[in-house]
Amino acid sequence: MKKQVGLMLMIILALTFVLSACGSKSHDNTNNSNKGGNEGAASPGTSGATSKLKIGMATDVGGVNDKSFNQSAWEALKKVTADTGAETKYLESKGDADMEPNLKAFVSEKYDLTWGIGFLFTDAMTKVATENPNSKFALIDAEVDLPNVESVSFAENEGSFLVGVVAGLMTKTNKIGFVGGMEIPVIKKFEAGFKAGVEAVNPEAAKSMKINYVGDFSKPDLGKQAAATMYDAGVDIIFHASGASGNGVFNEAKSRKDAGKDVWVIGVDKDQSLEFGDEITLTSMMKGVETAVYKVSTDLINGTWQGGKVVTLGLKDNGVGLPETSTKNVPADVLAKVEEYKQKIISGEITVPVK
Amino acid sequence: MNTMRKIFDKSSFLVPLVAIILGLICGALAMLAGGYDPWMAYTALVKKLFGSPYDIGEAIRAITPLIFTGIAVAFAFRTGLFNIGADGQFLMGMTGATIVGVTLDLPWYIHAPLAIIVGGLFGGLWAALAGYLKAARGVNEVISSIMLNWIALFLSNYIVGTYLVMEGQQKSKPVHESALVSIKWLSESMGNARMHWGTLIALIGVVVFYVILWRTKKGYELRAVGLNPNAALYAGMNVNRTIITSMFISGVFAGLGGVFEILGVFGYQTVMAASWGYGFDGIAVALLGGNTPIGVFLGAVLFGGLSYGSAGMSFGANVPPEIVRIVIGSIIFFVASHGLVKFFLKPFMARRSNKGKSEGGSAL
Amino acid sequence: MDRSTTAVELKGITKRFPGLVANDNINFELKKGEIHALLGENGAGKSTLMNILFGLYQPEEGEIWVNGKKTVIDGAGKAIELGIGMVHQHFKLVQPFTVAENIVLGNEPSKFGFLKYRKANQRVRDLSERYGLKVDPQMRIQDITVGMQQRVEILKTLYRGADILIFDEPTAVLTVQEIEELIEILRNLAAEGKSIILITHKLKEVMALADSVTVIRRGKVIRTLPTSETNERHLAELMVGRDVTFEVEKSKKEPGDVVLSVDSLRMKGDQGKQVLDGISFDVRAGEILGIAGVDGNGQSELIYAITGMRGVNGGSVKLNGKDITNRTPREVSLAGISHIPEDRHKHGLVLDFTLSENMILGSYFDPQFGKNGFIDFKAMDTLADKLVNEFDVRGSGIHAKARSLSGGNQQKAIIARELWKNPDLLIAVQPTRGLDIGAIEYVHKRLVEARNEGKAILLVSFELDELYSLSDRIAVMYEGRLMGEVDADHRDDQQLGMMMAGDASAVAATEGRK
Repeated sequence: MKKQVGLMLMIILALTFVLSACGSKSHDNTNNSNKGGNEGAASPGTSGATSKLKIGMATDVGGVNDKSFNQSAWEALKKVTADTGAETKYLESKGDADMEPNLKAFVSEKYDLTWGIGFLFTDAMTKVATENPNSKFALIDAEVDLPNVESVSFAENEGSFLVGVVAGLMTKTNKIGFVGGMEIPVIKKFEAGFKAGVEAVNPEAAKSMKINYVGDFSKPDLGKQAAATMYDAGVDIIFHASGASGNGVFNEAKSRKDAGKDVWVIGVDKDQSLEFGDEITLTSMMKGVETAVYKVSTDLINGTWQGGKVVTLGLKDNGVGLPETSTKNVPADVLAKVEEYKQKIISGEITVPVK
Repeated sequence: MNTMRKIFDKSSFLVPLVAIILGLICGALAMLAGGYDPWMAYTALVKKLFGSPYDIGEAIRAITPLIFTGIAVAFAFRTGLFNIGADGQFLMGMTGATIVGVTLDLPWYIHAPLAIIVGGLFGGLWAALAGYLKAARGVNEVISSIMLNWIALFLSNYIVGTYLVMEGQQKSKPVHESALVSIKWLSESMGNARMHWGTLIALIGVVVFYVILWRTKKGYELRAVGLNPNAALYAGMNVNRTIITSMFISGVFAGLGGVFEILGVFGYQTVMAASWGYGFDGIAVALLGGNTPIGVFLGAVLFGGLSYGSAGMSFGANVPPEIVRIVIGSIIFFVASHGLVKFFLKPFMARRSNKGKSEGGSAL
Repeated sequence: MDRSTTAVELKGITKRFPGLVANDNINFELKKGEIHALLGENGAGKSTLMNILFGLYQPEEGEIWVNGKKTVIDGAGKAIELGIGMVHQHFKLVQPFTVAENIVLGNEPSKFGFLKYRKANQRVRDLSERYGLKVDPQMRIQDITVGMQQRVEILKTLYRGADILIFDEPTAVLTVQEIEELIEILRNLAAEGKSIILITHKLKEVMALADSVTVIRRGKVIRTLPTSETNERHLAELMVGRDVTFEVEKSKKEPGDVVLSVDSLRMKGDQGKQVLDGISFDVRAGEILGIAGVDGNGQSELIYAITGMRGVNGGSVKLNGKDITNRTPREVSLAGISHIPEDRHKHGLVLDFTLSENMILGSYFDPQFGKNGFIDFKAMDTLADKLVNEFDVRGSGIHAKARSLSGGNQQKAIIARELWKNPDLLIAVQPTRGLDIGAIEYVHKRLVEARNEGKAILLVSFELDELYSLSDRIAVMYEGRLMGEVDADHRDDQQLGMMMAGDASAVAATEGRK
């Protein structure tokens, strides 16, 4: 009797296991406008630019649902498909060792352009692009100096400058914090730009700015700890550039806010107010991954793709900037000030440091 | 020869085989439920594995570290220890190899072997630490070795990030050419797949695993301690020393797995946010293979092959890689629950024997 | 047949296992209020039959009648419902629970999901008073003696309303005094109208306790008869199938030089208690020194100390004049001590090794079993073949796992291995525990042979018969000390029992008689 119950339990367990696993994942990893009947019939009429091109992207270990880079890039490719009819597809890398075969998979399937998302792809892409000089590649957030690779990076320092202006003007305690992921050049750019922005409007706060590198991009607990220390020290605005570790910063801010404290977080990469809410998200330093991926991909379709180039997208290209939702928490006069600095940077009147 | 028979008895093959089939069926059901074509997906999986020389090569590359961690876990298991810390030992192996590969500059016939030996020792000593804690202080090796995993991760990151780091990067300087163990001619003939001598060493490792345990006096001791530590003590064996030895050997296997990822695949070591999990996959591989040498080898081939081929399922049938994880998960689930598989087998077995009986009866 | 006086009737029960007919057309009848012994050697099919009655196995053929009704018992639940209770040889108790909690487990008096402790304790107290089973309901199982635990098991079955009680080898784990108490308990139960089946292979118990006895040999019922019409020798013959000698042929022999000399040996236990508290004795060549005592008075620790399996914190052990105190087990073994351990499954054998592998357990490192770190399997098998033939170890060959052998053959294999080492001192702890008559006879013969060859033998046993028939001298151990020696030639159970219970006046009595 007991045995049978145990067995039933096992079977139920097995079924739940299987069903829940497939329930959680119902989306497709291919976009193809010719697949859906309606869409396919409609597209030749509505859109002039139908493309037979195939564009692939390999994610890093974060996967396509990382609410960050990989996801933004995939959103962009979905848009490319919707607008041009090009076929797009992604492959997730489960580890560093997978990156190379994933790039290679697109090459061997004769994809017209293969994206590597994130600086971790630098070596794998160098190797695969060297071996396959006739295939085209594009890389986000790092540089590969080869004629068949277009590297896209961002002027994070410029965007960070602007959120620095916001923080410098809006702090009430005159104490501002910065939480970084790993102490690497790309994150240093955030810190340098941010500090310069604060300094431009509030030199006193810049001098006492608290900086903490948690050493990891995927440890919310570390982010939470760092934020708690800063808030305890009287900091009221924290800018984080620490990937998923930053989720902990938001989490800490939320619990403080609930306890009636007036604290804020400035998000990074995406408009993080959409995920963590307006109550704690002051604004975000948006990185235009989506814009970049869309632009480079459509360049290829339009025949204006530039291999061998390193494109740095700054304020003037809308590659970095503040989201429109900022108006909710940032008063108009502060935003005006931000706009003023933005123009100064674009015009070259101000040069934002990178480290 | 008797030991051979013991290792390869019939049911030890039948149960995993049926488990694999049940796992594949479960995966197929999952795919059907998600609206994918299982047949197409499995075809694509097979095509991905054997489709081109490059893919065959890369699949072998993916399987190699699993053989190492698989025998590491299985070896410890045979001696009554659960080495859940193969992951940390793997990392220490990587770090040891990177240190020697980056900092020293020696002729290749010294440099590569030295890097391999140092990496193996790093892994072995790291595991021996857990063994020592158990022997001297009675600390359960499951707890100590899993905690040592984290220490290994951060220690490796510290060493790489502080002493070996390439300016402005999150990885070490490249390992000197003389320490690399890639097989150039083979890679070139296989579409530049990352082939290296580590695969051969892994196969030798499988043989060594067998020879140590079932052919040597040390292995006799190790197995006795594993099966019955009280009897081992009674027979005059030094149980504590044996525990340390066993963990050391297990750790060397895991460490070598890490060594060849550095010397054979990457040529440098990155500062990692999380480990690659080969050590934990090794537990699944050991389980799949019933802790036997051949079983572990086949388990690694299956596990590594499925993981690598999963990209093919994404490509060929648009099946998300999660489904492949369901297949792998189901197979392990069914292998682990022997009882369940035997339950599924029972009606077939019973019918067969009944049939035999009734046929016998009617013939009379 | 008079159904009203029959509690259980088994008719034509047949149960087959692969390659074995465990029960072959067995007929068995238990009358109400009687104590009926089921006697047979290990593996004769007693336990199988009782597991069928308790619903754990299903017979292929035959009928079960309980209280005059034909029934199918398809599980322990059904058996309990029918009023059948079983007291297993290995108790199934939850150690950290109290006596009362264990007894009511599975059938707790509760209200709104809360256990009513007071009610449980009261019920247990009532039951224990009614049947004279003295227990304290609030003690924890881990704190009470084995005999007490057995009473808890009995109470468990009574609490569930059992009228038919099955006892599986109930005396195997008990001391002399506890056995006497158990006998008393069983008589009380029978007087209260309970019907009792006693599974055993001990003839003495059958004669002392049972009203009737059914002898089983190789799955078949040999005879059922009232105990008043038989005696031990007759039962043994029925059980084994041939004439059995109880007396061990042992000639008087003048002992030789001192082989083992133990001097004021002290050892601390896990809880800091002095488990060995200054023990001194000698064993000479050609003599058997028996150590008597109730289990748990330091006998095991004494042996661990001599063999090096545990360290001592005082005193010395000398073998042939050489100090071997606190040496490793291997050094002790090489010095010339062989050891037949108390628990053959725990210490004596690696059950999942082959018989052949087990034969070199203490000597695998010797160069004769291979050089350069490798094992010479041929040499190993050659030894195993030789020992198996010489000591008549029966099983499915030297390449079968030790686990597959019967207890007797496992013990024979250990004795073979230990004697093969040709030791100066042989330590035998409980060498016949759980063995059947034939095997016991064999083990005793071998031990006496070894003595006659001039080996010194240290024998630890809880069986008084064994001690008296084998030993040249008997020392009694109590709480880590030796109480003194008794005369091995003049048996006096009363006096021995008092010494084993730590009564110092009994010691004086012996001294006086000397």
